[in-house]
Amino acid sequence: MNPSNYVVLSAVLFSIGAVGVLVRRNAIVVFMSVELMLNAANLAFVAFARMNGNLDGQVVAFFVMVVAAAEVVVGLAIIVTIFRTRRSASIDEPNLLKF
Amino acid sequence: MTELMPAEGVFSLIWLLIALPLAGAVILLFGGRRTNAWGPYLGILTVGASAVIGILMLLGMMQNDPEQRTIGQTLFTWVFVGDFSADMAFQLDQLSIVFVLLITVVGTLIHIYSLGYMAHDPDKRKFFGYLNLFVAAMLLLVLANNYLLLYVGWEGVGLASYLLISFWQIKPSAAAAGKKAFIINRVGDVGLSLAIMLMFVTFGSVGFQDVFGVAGQASEGTLTAIGLLLLLAACGKSAQFPLQAWLLDAMEGPTPVSALIHAATMVTAGVYLIVRSNVIFTAAEWAAIAVIVVGMITIWMGAIIGSAKDDIKKSLAGSTMSQIGYMIMAAGLGPIGYVFAIFHLLMHGVFKAGLFLGAGSVMHGMNDNVNMRRYGALRPLMLITSTTFIICYLAIIGIPPFDGFFSKDDIIHASFERSPIIGVLAMLAAGLTGFYMTRMVAMTFFGKARWEDDVHPHESPKVMTIPLIILAIGATFGGLSLVYWGNIESWLEPVTGIETMELALPAWVFELTTLVLVIIGAVIGWMTYARREVPIEAPRGSWLTRAARKDLYGDAVNDVLVVQPTFYASRWLVWFDNKGVDGFVNGSAAFIGGLSGRLRHYQTGFIRSYALSMVGGAVLVVLALVLVRAS
Amino acid sequence: MTTFPWLTTLMVVPLVGSIVVALLPKARTLLAKQIALVVSVATLVLTVLMALQFVGDSVEPFQFVESHPWIPAFGISYSVGVDGIGLVLVALAATLVPIVVLAGWNDVDDSRGSVKGYFALILVLETLMIGVFAATDVFLFYVFFEVMLVPVYFMIGRYGGAQRSYAAVKFLLYSLVGGLFMLASLIGLYVVSAQMTGTGTFDFLTLAGLNIDEGVQKMLFLGFFFAFAVKAPLWPFHTWLPDAAAESKAGTSVLLLGVLDKVGTFGMIRYCLPIFPAASNFYAPVVIGMALIGIFYGAFVALSQNDMKRLFAYSSMSHFGFITLGIFVFTSVGQSGSVVYMVAHGLSTAALFLTAGFLMSRYHGSSQISDYAGVNKTAPVLAGFFMIAALSSLALPGMVSFIGEFLVLLGAFERYMWVGALATLGIVITAAYVLRLYQRTMTGPLKPELEGMPDLRGREITALVPIAVLTIVLGLFPAPLLNVINPAVDRVMTSIGATDPAPTVTGAALEQPGLPAEGTEQ
Repeated sequence: MNPSNYVVLSAVLFSIGAVGVLVRRNAIVVFMSVELMLNAANLAFVAFARMNGNLDGQVVAFFVMVVAAAEVVVGLAIIVTIFRTRRSASIDEPNLLKF
Repeated sequence: MTELMPAEGVFSLIWLLIALPLAGAVILLFGGRRTNAWGPYLGILTVGASAVIGILMLLGMMQNDPEQRTIGQTLFTWVFVGDFSADMAFQLDQLSIVFVLLITVVGTLIHIYSLGYMAHDPDKRKFFGYLNLFVAAMLLLVLANNYLLLYVGWEGVGLASYLLISFWQIKPSAAAAGKKAFIINRVGDVGLSLAIMLMFVTFGSVGFQDVFGVAGQASEGTLTAIGLLLLLAACGKSAQFPLQAWLLDAMEGPTPVSALIHAATMVTAGVYLIVRSNVIFTAAEWAAIAVIVVGMITIWMGAIIGSAKDDIKKSLAGSTMSQIGYMIMAAGLGPIGYVFAIFHLLMHGVFKAGLFLGAGSVMHGMNDNVNMRRYGALRPLMLITSTTFIICYLAIIGIPPFDGFFSKDDIIHASFERSPIIGVLAMLAAGLTGFYMTRMVAMTFFGKARWEDDVHPHESPKVMTIPLIILAIGATFGGLSLVYWGNIESWLEPVTGIETMELALPAWVFELTTLVLVIIGAVIGWMTYARREVPIEAPRGSWLTRAARKDLYGDAVNDVLVVQPTFYASRWLVWFDNKGVDGFVNGSAAFIGGLSGRLRHYQTGFIRSYALSMVGGAVLVVLALVLVRAS
Repeated sequence: MTTFPWLTTLMVVPLVGSIVVALLPKARTLLAKQIALVVSVATLVLTVLMALQFVGDSVEPFQFVESHPWIPAFGISYSVGVDGIGLVLVALAATLVPIVVLAGWNDVDDSRGSVKGYFALILVLETLMIGVFAATDVFLFYVFFEVMLVPVYFMIGRYGGAQRSYAAVKFLLYSLVGGLFMLASLIGLYVVSAQMTGTGTFDFLTLAGLNIDEGVQKMLFLGFFFAFAVKAPLWPFHTWLPDAAAESKAGTSVLLLGVLDKVGTFGMIRYCLPIFPAASNFYAPVVIGMALIGIFYGAFVALSQNDMKRLFAYSSMSHFGFITLGIFVFTSVGQSGSVVYMVAHGLSTAALFLTAGFLMSRYHGSSQISDYAGVNKTAPVLAGFFMIAALSSLALPGMVSFIGEFLVLLGAFERYMWVGALATLGIVITAAYVLRLYQRTMTGPLKPELEGMPDLRGREITALVPIAVLTIVLGLFPAPLLNVINPAVDRVMTSIGATDPAPTVTGAALEQPGLPAEGTEQ
């Protein structure tokens, strides 16, 4: 199978993730969209590793997974804290960090 | 050029001439109140010791051949950079020794006189300290062997003059007068500075010997420029037109100061400078002509001011201006006049010191009133003061055998040798001298008493009258002795050179004409001010009198031309600095502040809008990459 | 040549002293002051010992050299050493610090900041000032140049007057902007040196030996010059100075104007001229123009100031005009004059600010001239020192400032006659504003509010006497200065390829009449 198809899939997934981040208001969904983008990137890495015939891309993909895991831990903790204080998971409401 | 003789024997003490009064000044000024009791005596002692050394040096010099009378003493190299070098070194020759004696002897007498005059002043110690500082600086001025060191003395006497004019600082007028004197002198200093620089650029040296040795090779334009700059310097120090305005105000200082600094010595420094630089002026004809013009204008200005003032000290100050005008004019005549300029300077130093000290003695008995309209009929009450004053008066108007007769006649004679116009003008001014001096004597010592109510005129103590007597003796015999026993012309000739020209008429014609003019002036003065009643309130007078009372508008002219524009420019620049330069700086800060104030509104706090701008940025980068690849 | 690390010792001693002072308990203020005084006097003694071993006419460009690699990858090293110019400025800094400590004994209290902090900052500043004059590595110089801002920022911002934070921020921003331009040029210089020598370096002597392309020189010169022009300050980059001077304590002002600003003019003569000779020649007319404007601008503005400290700041600006003029006329007389002038200005500024500070401390700290009149009557000693300081500022012949000023003017006159003549007119205005200040504050009838104002005390007199003595002694016997400055200036002159104009009429021409006098010499 042509590995460039995987790259196209990755681009599609990434775009879906990006649109999700931009249009959805619920923090959990936004979060999942971010995960989608990360995994789209992983897919691209792996696909390029296959195309170039070396393992560098796969190594980076593992790094991304580790970072993503750490990010989920911190991110979820923040969301839960915000939900507890505000009774809402909307990301438009906590906009105190502005001018 | 004359060879410099090494400083041996008594001449090895040249530095001590300056060091003694300087040490006195340092001890008095920095010693504080501890020295109050004995300080003034130390001041007199140090100046007196310098006078003794000076007399010994004169005697030593007389034993040498005329060619071997220039003595040099080098202490150390003072300033040296690249090709420039100036030594801390002294040159004693026939010209300097004349000044050394004038400064130290008259200085000693005035120190002694001050002991009485300043007896009750709480700051007497400081006064003597300043006087000592002055004597040291003036000696440095006349003993320096290069122009840069001369400059130190030049400015040192200016400083002493400033400090002494504003000695009674508590009077705002005195403080202002001192400042004015210093600043006007600074204008002259610009001339001296530039002259020194031009000399260095032209000759590569600022030493007298070096400069005069090669002066003839410079172009006449350069020499004229140097000459004019030196003249500017001389105008400042010697209160010549157009820098004359400070001298009349300088009379705010204590009277002994007026006598020593603003009559006998410091104000003649300009004459010294010109005569010392005679090589330059002889070679630069137009500079010399400028000197004559300046001198002549000042002769008349001074005399006119002196005729109109009712303040005895200011009238004397006008007369000083006028007499120094004679000296400067004589110095401008070239080798026919240099000697007579110095001769008149010496004589003037003696009789004018006598006149000022006499005026001080009168003021001492009149509760420090200086208005001559409130004097009158003082002669019987102040016998010594009036006698000495009248002797000095006869000397200044030039009645034989008093000393002014010899020196002034020589100058008038020399100016006829140069040009009949100069001669006639100088001669007529002598007549005016006769008028205003007679006016002063008549108003002060003769006529009717016009005293204020609580005034009890009395003779001054001996410590003041003895210097007066000595000066009067000098004024009586000084001229005679220098003409008949010690010939000043041949004494100064090696330094200044001398020329004489035969005139169509014999000398006695000029002497007699001058004498007749002086007597006419004196008779007019006597008829107006001794025989007639002198009103206590000054009459309105002619326009010339009114102008002369205002110093011939010297201050007004300075004010309009210099002072006001300066302050106007200053205030405008302050405004410009605050609003313009600093405004620009603060404006740019405000601009950045305002810009960031606007930009921060894009920080909305909505996470998704940040995300959108990120995506937008990423898209732009990708597009750019694609475009670059494509091209 | 001694191997003892003199310069490092000079920097370490005040630094250690400063740490000790900073670690003292807050209540032990007297001890903090005493330690600061002892340490600064010890530094001065060490400086004098070092200066005595300086060889005036040595062939080595720098003496007391030390060099250790610091960041070898970029050719940066800790290299120090002094020539005559550096030596006199190090000595100036070391002389003024103990005087400032003594004079500022009671200047600060616990109301804002701590007393020990002020004295610790002074000592840190001393380390940095010595470092900046001693560095022979351009990067090291830059580091000292920038770090110096920090203690001064705190000295103004914490211990200053009512507008202190405005003044401190203005000072910091101005200097930082200047420093950034210098940093850019510095990096450029490194790149150029890497291209020309293969390995990049910041070593001053190597850089001065490079023959950099003229176009590049012109650009790099601007960065350095801008930083120095802000620091000096030259017109029109001066507006931070009046604010900073007006808001600081007298001691801070002394160090700021007396020593720190000299880094600007020092940088011009040490770095701009030898490293960028062609650019210096190219820009000289512009710089001379700025200097001339500065001379008159500063003097005229000073004439109608009603605030003593601002007046001194503007007068300093005028003096810096003279110093810069002397440097950029490229004559040995002018440049030696400039260095002498730097020392003289340090002394005269110190005298002015300290006497004015003593005066102000006696009347609610007011620096308004109109608040004072007739002080001479109640405090004659103070008035006397004020007079000496004023005379030193107007360059009275016989004082060291006269030698500096006259040589600068002479050097300018030698090269450009009309520039020299014009600048000479400045001495009249200088006299006018200085004497006007004295007249308005010290003379006339005493203001009733000032009745009973005490005269100077022993400590204050002790602080002022050394300045007055140095001013007069060096004025009458400047050989100790000129002996070390002249060889250094000759080296600068050689590096820019300038020669002194020869006199138009020389003694040689006397011996061979008829020949035009041509004396081109080194």
